[in-house]
Amino acid sequence: MSIFAKGYQARKVRRLYLERSLGAIATVLILFWLTINFIKSPSQFFQASIIGLSNGVLYALIALGYTLVYGIIELINFAHGDLFMLGAVFSANFIAIWFGKSASNPGAWLVFAGCLVAVMSVSAGVNVGIERFAYRKLRRAPKLAPLITAVGVSFVLQFIGLRWNGSGPKTWNSVLPPGQFEISGVTIAYTTLYAIAITVPLLILMTWIVTRTRQGKAMRATAQDQDAARLMGINVDRTISFTFALGGALAGAAGLIFQQTRGLTSYNLGYQLGLIAFTSAVMGGIGSLQGAVLGALLIGLIQGLNDGLPIGLGQQWSQTVVFSILILLMAFRPTGLLGKPVTEKV
Amino acid sequence: MAIELRSKAMKKDKALKKGTTQKQWTIGFLIAAAVIWTFYTFIMYRLPFEIQQVFQHWLPPTTVNEALVWVICALGLNIVVGYAGLLDLGFVAFWAIGGYSAGWFMSAFFRQVNVHVLTTAKPETPGIHLSFWAVIFIGGLICAAFGIIIGAPTLRLKSDYLALVTLGFGEIIPQVFTNGENIAGFNMSNGTKGISPVDNIGVPGKALGPFDFSWKFFIFALLTAMMIFVSLRLRKGRLGRAWLAIREDELAASMMGVPLMRTKLSAYAVGAFTGGIGGVAFATHVNGVFADRFNFSISIILLAMVVLGGMGNVWGVMVGALLVAWVNSTGLPSLGELVNTTFGLDINFPSYNFLLFGGVLILMMLFKREGMIPESRLKAILHEADDTSSNLGGHH
Repeated sequence: MSIFAKGYQARKVRRLYLERSLGAIATVLILFWLTINFIKSPSQFFQASIIGLSNGVLYALIALGYTLVYGIIELINFAHGDLFMLGAVFSANFIAIWFGKSASNPGAWLVFAGCLVAVMSVSAGVNVGIERFAYRKLRRAPKLAPLITAVGVSFVLQFIGLRWNGSGPKTWNSVLPPGQFEISGVTIAYTTLYAIAITVPLLILMTWIVTRTRQGKAMRATAQDQDAARLMGINVDRTISFTFALGGALAGAAGLIFQQTRGLTSYNLGYQLGLIAFTSAVMGGIGSLQGAVLGALLIGLIQGLNDGLPIGLGQQWSQTVVFSILILLMAFRPTGLLGKPVTEKV
Repeated sequence: MAIELRSKAMKKDKALKKGTTQKQWTIGFLIAAAVIWTFYTFIMYRLPFEIQQVFQHWLPPTTVNEALVWVICALGLNIVVGYAGLLDLGFVAFWAIGGYSAGWFMSAFFRQVNVHVLTTAKPETPGIHLSFWAVIFIGGLICAAFGIIIGAPTLRLKSDYLALVTLGFGEIIPQVFTNGENIAGFNMSNGTKGISPVDNIGVPGKALGPFDFSWKFFIFALLTAMMIFVSLRLRKGRLGRAWLAIREDELAASMMGVPLMRTKLSAYAVGAFTGGIGGVAFATHVNGVFADRFNFSISIILLAMVVLGGMGNVWGVMVGALLVAWVNSTGLPSLGELVNTTFGLDINFPSYNFLLFGGVLILMMLFKREGMIPESRLKAILHEADDTSSNLGGHH
């Protein structure tokens, strides 16, 4: 081994050591913070965790769209969060205006189910359209070009949201049965359960499509090597379109869930939530489906705890906490929690 | 085709090296600025009232000054994005830090202390009052330090990860200033109320009032000229060529002995420094710093300026910045008003700016990636893929 290689090795080891110790310190501090809060007020702790997790499942739906698209064409689809926002605005209009449902009754539940199908198909269609007209031509261009295009698409979608929803936030009535129940001082709203009841089957379906079907196999092959996949007879363009459709459908579903459980829509919803969802995807290891879900739940939990615990920074620091995590992750573990390190393709 | 273009570009580069272009161009800009200054200071108020009205409506002095601040920042971003090819989506952070440097060191904000150095403020006013010229450097240095802090751990990453980290940084910094009223009992930024007023700019023998537009124009134009000179000069030098090499092919550049980290970090630091200067200048322009002004749209507008004008080309970026700044502040409302009164419509034109910026970014990327005034080398790279657009091709 040459002397240079030795120096390099030593540096690498030192770096690893530094990363490990910093990671350990951070973990200890976080555990300490959690324990103090838990002892101080256990019910508040669980309450905050529940709220956090119900946010987390929503983030998971959006994060999957990011991770799917990044996995296949290595593009951070900045417009994805805004697609979610459009999904929310579409759902609000579909249920409350086009079908005029604003109270919980069997007819309204039917409309809700119809809306789930409609919003998923429309969002999938929009996402495929975006890929076809804005990203496809730039697939071989330097990275900067599609990234900037994605930012542009995000602005256009926000404009549509602004026109459709107005410049201020709008509130809506949920058509799902309202109510809540209590387990030893911790109240759980039914809306939390609805969100989980819709999200979990979608996540399972998603995983099934990607890991068990022919189309999923084509997706994985395209993600690994587009040219090789093409040589094997895979229609790469169609596979990428399919990926965008999947991601779009999940974003649409997330939009409906958000609109019905929070009862709120606003044109700039997608920007913040999109960023948080992307952070989740990165946290879990971008490109990894399980990672995206894990990251989303963790981020939701962290956010919920930070906002709701008696000793915490509070809601006004929510963004700072999430993005600080993002920056620290990028600095010390860019592959994420479940991601595999990749060597650069030349 | 690509190789041909590149060799052409290289010839042009050699021609650039021989001449003293950067001096000529800077002097040219200064002459143009002097003409505009003379017009606004001495000629405009002698014109007939109607013509004055037209100027006040379409090109008021405050718009011109603000546009120059945008140009300064866009030139800074151009060094990061255009020269070194690193996408920065959080440039607003540097603008904000620069602005707050002005708030901290040029106002009565820190009442606890009483520091006066070559300032225009009265000696009895409390607070830190340093000269504008010193604060420009201090603000720039603080920004550069932040640029290095944020860049050092993340510049190893792939370009799109870097974009995300900068985006996060651009979200964190404004939130820190918004919530900065009480950080462990210390008021750091006065929260949403902001810091106002800041001291006037001092020039020999005179203290400029907050509405002294023509003098401020003169000062901002000087700063812009300095930035143009620095941009052109750096591009030709060793560092600038290293930046371009990294932008074009990072792997090849590192093989040729370009130290990647140091070179990227310096691009980041120089860009951040410029952002700081712009921030200080903007604070004196609006006579204060207000936390809610620093949002993501500033980063995007700056990016749009650089992309629209022509990444890497100082003149392109300048034209892009002037155009976008004008459209944003005066052009869109005024044009809208004109269209509405002419055709009897009632359309709120400024509300279309999302569509306008988004559409411009998409269309430029799809059809004219190199911008309005392209840089020849970058044009060659951006269209390299088009020439080998058969179905088979390698990853980049």
